[in-house]
Amino acid sequence: MVKRHFDYEEKYRNLQGKFEELQELSRSLQFDLTDEFKLLEEKMKDIRVNKYQNLTAWEKILLSRHSERPTVRDYIEFIFDDWIEMHGDRCYGDDRAMIGGIASIKGIPVTVLGHQKGRGTNENLHTNFGMPHPEGYRKVERLILQAEKFNRPVMTLVDTPGAYPGVGAEERGQAGAIARVLMTLSSLKVPIIAVVTGEGGSGGALALAVSDRLLMLSNSVFSVASAEACASIIWKDAGRAEEMASALRLTAQDIKDLGIADEIVEEPTGGAHKDFENTAQNLQDRLDRNLQELLAIERHELLQQRYTRLRHIGRFQEN
Amino acid sequence: MLKNAFGKQKLIPVPGSREYMESEGRISAQEKCPSCSRRISELELKENHKVCPECQYHYSMTAWERIELIADDQSFQEFNSGLRSINLLDFPGYNEKLTGAISKTGLNEALITGQCTIGGYPAILGTMDSRFMMASMGSVVGEKVCRAIEKAADLKIPLILCAASGGARMQEGMLSLMQMAKTSAALDKFHEQGLLYISLLTNPTTGGVAASFASLADIILAEPGALIGFAGPRVIKQTISEILPEDFQKAEFMLKHGMVDKIVSRPVLKDMVERLLRLHLGGNNG
Repeated sequence: MVKRHFDYEEKYRNLQGKFEELQELSRSLQFDLTDEFKLLEEKMKDIRVNKYQNLTAWEKILLSRHSERPTVRDYIEFIFDDWIEMHGDRCYGDDRAMIGGIASIKGIPVTVLGHQKGRGTNENLHTNFGMPHPEGYRKVERLILQAEKFNRPVMTLVDTPGAYPGVGAEERGQAGAIARVLMTLSSLKVPIIAVVTGEGGSGGALALAVSDRLLMLSNSVFSVASAEACASIIWKDAGRAEEMASALRLTAQDIKDLGIADEIVEEPTGGAHKDFENTAQNLQDRLDRNLQELLAIERHELLQQRYTRLRHIGRFQEN
Repeated sequence: MLKNAFGKQKLIPVPGSREYMESEGRISAQEKCPSCSRRISELELKENHKVCPECQYHYSMTAWERIELIADDQSFQEFNSGLRSINLLDFPGYNEKLTGAISKTGLNEALITGQCTIGGYPAILGTMDSRFMMASMGSVVGEKVCRAIEKAADLKIPLILCAASGGARMQEGMLSLMQMAKTSAALDKFHEQGLLYISLLTNPTTGGVAASFASLADIILAEPGALIGFAGPRVIKQTISEILPEDFQKAEFMLKHGMVDKIVSRPVLKDMVERLLRLHLGGNNG
C-alpha cells in the first residue's frame, strides 16, 4: 500500500497531546515530574528533527506536494518588491498555471516567472494544479525575450507536476512550446537563476530550470517523470511508486550530487510551511547573493559557462 | 461463465490454414497489415519501403533501413558508434534492459549518426531505432545528437535527424531529462550559423524528444500516420477520461493544427529531402 499523505506530523501531534495529558495529570495529582518531562520533551524534539533529517525519497515527494506548502506566488510576494504581474501569450490566452511579471530584488529590476499551484480545490481548479498549457510556455518565451531586451536578469520558481497532458495542449503544440523555451533560455543574454521550490516534474518543470544557477529547497524534488508514472511504465505497477522514488534519485541532495543543482536552501524542521518567513528570507538572501555573483561575470563569459554546463550533462562510456 | 459468453475465443490454427503453414515454416512468412489486414510478403514489403501497397500504412523501420532509404548507396559513414550507456544510478534492471536491447538490435544505442550524401549533397544524418528501449533519450542519445549537430556545424553542411522515440529514458533519471536542455542548447548554436536542420518525425515521436530537438528544426516533416505529441495518448485518456478524436496526435492531426510543415510518404521521402537540400544551396549551407 502506497502511503499517500505525509502523516508524520499527525503522529507527532498525537504524541504531544498525550504528553500534555500526562502533564495535566501530574499537576492534578501534585506529583512533581518536571525534570522527567523536560527530558521527555527534548527526546520528542530530537525524534522529530531526526525524522525530518532522514526522510525517504517518497516522503520528500509527499512533502514537496504538501497542501500547506507555500506556493510560488507566496514566495514572489515575500521576496520581491514592486511585483507587477503580466498576462498572456499574445496568441491564444493567459495561462494561470504559469505566472510572470516584473519585480525588483534589493533594488535590481528582474523578470520573475513561476508555476502557480493553488491551495485547496477551488484555487487548484483555477490554476490547473500548476500544470501549464502551451500558452503558458509562450508567455514565458515572450517575457524572457523582453527581459533580454531590457537587460533584466531572470528568476524562475519551479513547482509543477508537469506540463498538462490534454487534447487542447496537444492541439496548440505543447512539445514545440517547451522546446523553444529550452532553446531560448540556453542563450538568453542575461543572468538566469532558477529555484525548485516544490515539485519539479518532467519537461514542464525543466522549461523553467535552464539557468546559470539552479537552487533547490531542501524538501523539493526534481524528476524525469513522476515516480507513479515511472513505476507504472517500467514496472507495470503504480503500487511500487515508493520504491521507484528512491531509484530515480530525485531529492535535492541527489540532484546536487549529480551535478545538476548548485545549492540547497535548507528548510526549517517540518518543511517550508512550518516557518514560511524564515524559508523565504533564506531564499531571498541566496537569490541576492547569486545575482550579485552572476552580474559580476562578463556577459560573454557567462553565456559560455552556461553552455558548457548544459553541454556536459550526461555520463557514458566511449570505446 | 456468462461473462465470457461473448468474449473472443482463441482458436488453434487448422492444419492446412495459412497460419498453420506459416508457423510450421512450410510457406514464406507473410505479414498481415495491421491497418487493412492485407497480406504482404516480406519481399513485397521490402521493395515498397515497408509501406502497405493497399492502404499506405507505414511499418516501423529500423535505423539502418532508414539510412538505406535516405542516404546515397554506400555513402554513409557512421561516427561515434562506440558510445555506450552506463547504469550510473544503479537503476534496478537497467543493465539487463541494455544488454537485451543491444543483442536484439545489434546496435550500441538507439541512435545512429554519420555523414553521407543525399542525391550527391553532403549532409549529417541521424536515425533512431525504436526497437532499442523505445529509442528513449538517455545520456548517449543526447550526446550523439549534440555531436552530430556540432559535426554539421564544423563542416557547414545540413543536418537531418529522423526522430522515433517514446521520450526521456527514465532509467537515467534527471540526467536523461537534462538531455532535452543539452540538445536544445546545441541546436541554438547551430541555428546561429545559418545552417539547415530538417527534422523527420516518425512513429512515435513523443515526450522529451518531441519537446526538444525534434521540434527545433527549420523544416519539420512527418511520416503518414505517425504518432506525434508531448504526452502519450494513454496518459491523456487517464487525465481527461474522455474519448479522444480518432486521428488525435497523428501526423495528419499535427499538420491540421500547424505543428508540421509537410507529411511525406516513404517512396518520395528521399526526393523531398534532395529538393530541400538543393533549395538551400549557397549561403551558409555548402
